[in-house]
Amino acid sequence: MKKQPAKKAATTITFVLNGKRVALRAHPMRRLLDVLREDCHLTGTKEGCGEGECGACTVLVDGQAVNACLVPVTHVEGARVSTIEALNGRHPLQRAFVEHGGTQCGICTPGMVMAAVALGPRPTRTQARIGLAGNLCRCTGYEGIYRAIKAAGKPVAKRSLEPGRQPGADRGGQRGRNKT
Amino acid sequence: MRRHVGRNVTRPDGAAKTAGSARYVDDLVWPGMLYGRTIRSSIPCGDITGIRFAFDRTGFTIVGADDIPGPNVVSLITDDQPCLASLAVQHVAEPVVLIAHADPERLLAASVEIDYRPAEPWFDAATSTHVFKHVRIDKGSLDEGFARADLVVEGEYRTGHQEHLYIEPNGMIAVPEQGGITIYGSLQCPYYVHKALCRLLALPPDKVRVVQAETGGGFGGKEDYPSIIAGHAALLALKSGRPVKLVYDRMEDLLATTKRHPSVVRHRTGVRRDGTLVAMDIDVLMDGGAYCTLSPVVLSRGCIHATGPYRCDHVRIDGRVVRTNTPPNGAFRGFGAPQTLFAADVHMERIAEALGLDPVRLREQNALRPGDVTATGQTLGPDTAALDVLRATIERSEFHRKRRAFRGTTRGIGMSLFFHGSGFTGSGEAYLASKASLELTDRGVRVLAASTDIGQGQRTVHAQIVADTMGLPLAAVEIEAADTAFVPDSGPTVASRTTMVVGELLRRCAEAMRSRLGSRSPRSFRRAHGPLVITMQYEPPPGLVWDDDTYRGSAYGSFGWGCEVVEVEFDPVTFEVRPTRVTTAQEVGKAIFPLGVRGQIEGGTAQGLGFALLEEVVMRGGAMANAQLTNYIVPTTLDTPPMDVVILERPYAYGPYGAKGVGEMPFDGVAPAVVNAIRSLGLDLRQVPATPERVMAAQPIVAAGSPDPAHSMRNDRRKKRA
Amino acid sequence: MVPLAGCTDIYVGLNAGAPVHTRYLDLWRLDELRGIHRAHDVLRIGALTTYTDIIASRLVGRHLPMLVAAAHEIGAVQVQNRGTIGGNIANGSPAGDTLPVLAAADAIVELQSRDGVRKVRVTDFFTGYRTSVMRGDELITAVEIPAVDGMQFFRKVGTRAAQSISKVVVAGVRAAQPRVSFGSVAPTVVRVPLTERALANGASMSEAQRILQTEIAPIDDIRSTAAYRRRVAAGLLAQFWSSTS
Repeated sequence: MKKQPAKKAATTITFVLNGKRVALRAHPMRRLLDVLREDCHLTGTKEGCGEGECGACTVLVDGQAVNACLVPVTHVEGARVSTIEALNGRHPLQRAFVEHGGTQCGICTPGMVMAAVALGPRPTRTQARIGLAGNLCRCTGYEGIYRAIKAAGKPVAKRSLEPGRQPGADRGGQRGRNKT
Repeated sequence: MRRHVGRNVTRPDGAAKTAGSARYVDDLVWPGMLYGRTIRSSIPCGDITGIRFAFDRTGFTIVGADDIPGPNVVSLITDDQPCLASLAVQHVAEPVVLIAHADPERLLAASVEIDYRPAEPWFDAATSTHVFKHVRIDKGSLDEGFARADLVVEGEYRTGHQEHLYIEPNGMIAVPEQGGITIYGSLQCPYYVHKALCRLLALPPDKVRVVQAETGGGFGGKEDYPSIIAGHAALLALKSGRPVKLVYDRMEDLLATTKRHPSVVRHRTGVRRDGTLVAMDIDVLMDGGAYCTLSPVVLSRGCIHATGPYRCDHVRIDGRVVRTNTPPNGAFRGFGAPQTLFAADVHMERIAEALGLDPVRLREQNALRPGDVTATGQTLGPDTAALDVLRATIERSEFHRKRRAFRGTTRGIGMSLFFHGSGFTGSGEAYLASKASLELTDRGVRVLAASTDIGQGQRTVHAQIVADTMGLPLAAVEIEAADTAFVPDSGPTVASRTTMVVGELLRRCAEAMRSRLGSRSPRSFRRAHGPLVITMQYEPPPGLVWDDDTYRGSAYGSFGWGCEVVEVEFDPVTFEVRPTRVTTAQEVGKAIFPLGVRGQIEGGTAQGLGFALLEEVVMRGGAMANAQLTNYIVPTTLDTPPMDVVILERPYAYGPYGAKGVGEMPFDGVAPAVVNAIRSLGLDLRQVPATPERVMAAQPIVAAGSPDPAHSMRNDRRKKRA
Repeated sequence: MVPLAGCTDIYVGLNAGAPVHTRYLDLWRLDELRGIHRAHDVLRIGALTTYTDIIASRLVGRHLPMLVAAAHEIGAVQVQNRGTIGGNIANGSPAGDTLPVLAAADAIVELQSRDGVRKVRVTDFFTGYRTSVMRGDELITAVEIPAVDGMQFFRKVGTRAAQSISKVVVAGVRAAQPRVSFGSVAPTVVRVPLTERALANGASMSEAQRILQTEIAPIDDIRSTAAYRRRVAAGLLAQFWSSTS
């Protein structure tokens, strides 16, 4: 259990969670992980270490994989957040993880699947190794996970996590992107 | 009819896990729930002289040793470990006081100060005089053996602590109910917890209920430890009258919970020029930490495996596990065998080096064969597969060609041969007297067993066995939760016994039930005859005799066999050793769920690579100084190589469909193969983890072994007489 | 008052029992602190530039590839998506992986306060273990790197292949006047001027390595030993030299 900042300084945070706009009150420094699990009752995202080392808490923020245990909830103001629940159990990766030994005890699986979604379509084994280097699994030795990713073939593009949005959509003025 | 056994069926718990809807302890909430916190000792040894609560206690529940209704003991083997320290502490992070509050913020802010009169702690296992257990195994006569030796090779081999690093830390929820208590926990053995709590809380068995929640990894780390954390949660729940959630964060889990026993194993081996082992004198020392826990059994298994999978007529194994003022060590995949198998197979490599023999040839020469007799006097059956796995692995890995090609480069290749006894040692299974049941349902059957799926696929395997034996579709077989209110005591989910022992009980239940049903469907049978539950209890295989006092007899019903080849790349600038490929053939009797067997081999291999190269518990002042994942290093995707796995099957007559166990064996062979690969580079390493710092300090190999002076003298005397 | 950027370090400290601050200054929404531009031969990287941004940047790839190499080695994808270069500098860990790159490149840290803008060379920025010349009322707003002439080299030796803290980390520029900087071998990131001069003057590698040992002060710690760090630093110096010739 983590030291939590004082409740009395709560503020309203508005963001898009799994395709739906939500507004909730929380202290801005509460970890996104705790807000998701406790306030939003989405317990699919897990806590394995609280240090950003194990990746069990991986969620997507504006399409990027991040450790929810390291994100203050205020940082998702206006952002699109996707958790494992967004996939509704129907993503090809999820089925593939089951069929090919990508999941054993399952505790790392939600974070692993979200990180795998962030890899994009048909990653090579090398790309998968690099892209999943922040997700620890103690059960599989990772081989079953590579098999699952390969078998999943072309994953559904990230845009379908939130129906109606196109990849690379303008995010308004919230965060600029570097143009080089 | 084999529709499911031997095939990769869809594991029934997979959908919920991948969807994120499987419920682990920290996902569960109860109305009115309190959060618990454990106040622990900060010194390794000393008397407690005072406890001060420097905070406003409104809304707090506080529990100390005095609140324990029954004996203040963690029930396991010896009654030496208190549930809460009362007068003295024996290790850092020993639990002293428990507090609970509805507000986690106030809970964490509460300051509890413990005053001590420190005493001198003992950290050195080699000189510790407090012996938890001593084991001695004798076969033949060492004198006779050494008299026949052409060469004597000696060596000392070391392994350190290892942390299980299940990605889900330990956690429990205790819910008080009608004069009793229900526990929902991350655990491997519901009946261990049940037994411990009945005693601790002075409650009758029907007033304690233990339910396994979805468990995020165990590896032995949730075999014995849960009895402690469940006891703590229960005490808080009973005193407050409210449900209590007690979940550790990673740092607390690293600091306070059990680790693998560190070991120092010494070999003195007599060999003939042609490589035959003629005398093995082995000394095993393990560090048990501050309390006994399961140390006697860890030592026992370690000693029984200490010769490695090799035959020798004259053997002496002398082992002891001792106390130090460090957090108690406990069960961890392999359970003593990894430590002694590491020593045995690095020692074999050194014997090969000393004799100038091909390491494969040396293993082949000495490998146990069907009909051979082990160190404890067990005659091995036809399912003995040491040579099969050796030949399969050496051929598939192109071991000899690569060894020649790698000579003089920065690439290394090493091998190991290993074995692992399935099930509890000796009379252990008879003592457990496990039971499992099948209950008829309208659709099919319900499996009632205390076995827990901790990722290894227990639910899947048990369903497959029952489905095929009864001729039912897989979906007709329901697996009841591991809930002591509903399932009999099938024994713990440990010792690679869940398929071989409990699976066999279920197969017998299914056979009996199919007989009873005859041609009737489950539904029509129930309509006609009402409910039906069939229970079977463990029966030892015929001829399995074991003497606990002399350590002689058949230690296990059967052994699994494995061979491993590891290729490494060595960086001469950084001294890093990177595994680049693993090839392994492992023999498991029957792979009921091949994907599951493969998963155990691949996962056990990765965990073994961590043990061999990366994972070090840094102890300072008797406490883990690197208690964060930033500093306790387990393998990532970039630290693990491709793994080429071959599964062999030599059916075991008394396992369901021929199955033996597989959960632990894959871990056993990794460390020796890695260190032997490093040795192939010319570096004399005899310890794990083989960190770059240790590799840097390693000396070049000088071929070991010396003619035994006593032997030479005896020969001279004989020549004189002649 | 603790300024926050990507927050990849703050919660680690909180979970380990560091005091809970009551006042934070959240910089995350300040887009003015983002952006990578090049003008007049100077590469300017905004303080809130993440490692992922650095890896994706064609400008950085062309003009400071050793920074891209460093960014690849920090944590893993999740940390790279949030961790910032300004945070790496402000954190001031001697193991910060971008710091040897910036020091070897003679980068300049731009600080802003109500009093205006101040520019400090990275090599003058750190005064001791996790301490710097930065004042309590200043924010790091950007880091500026003048054009780097010569082949660039970067190597991190961590505790494992990803998600690791460095045991030794080195960045170097091969030129007539070579520049070399090490991390994790002293209380701060260090340049090694005597070693650089020896190399510039054509000293043998073993001589340069001997001089190097006088300019670094590694310790034994939870991750490694002083002896290992000394040996590896010497080896990395040689590797830098031989791979950039």
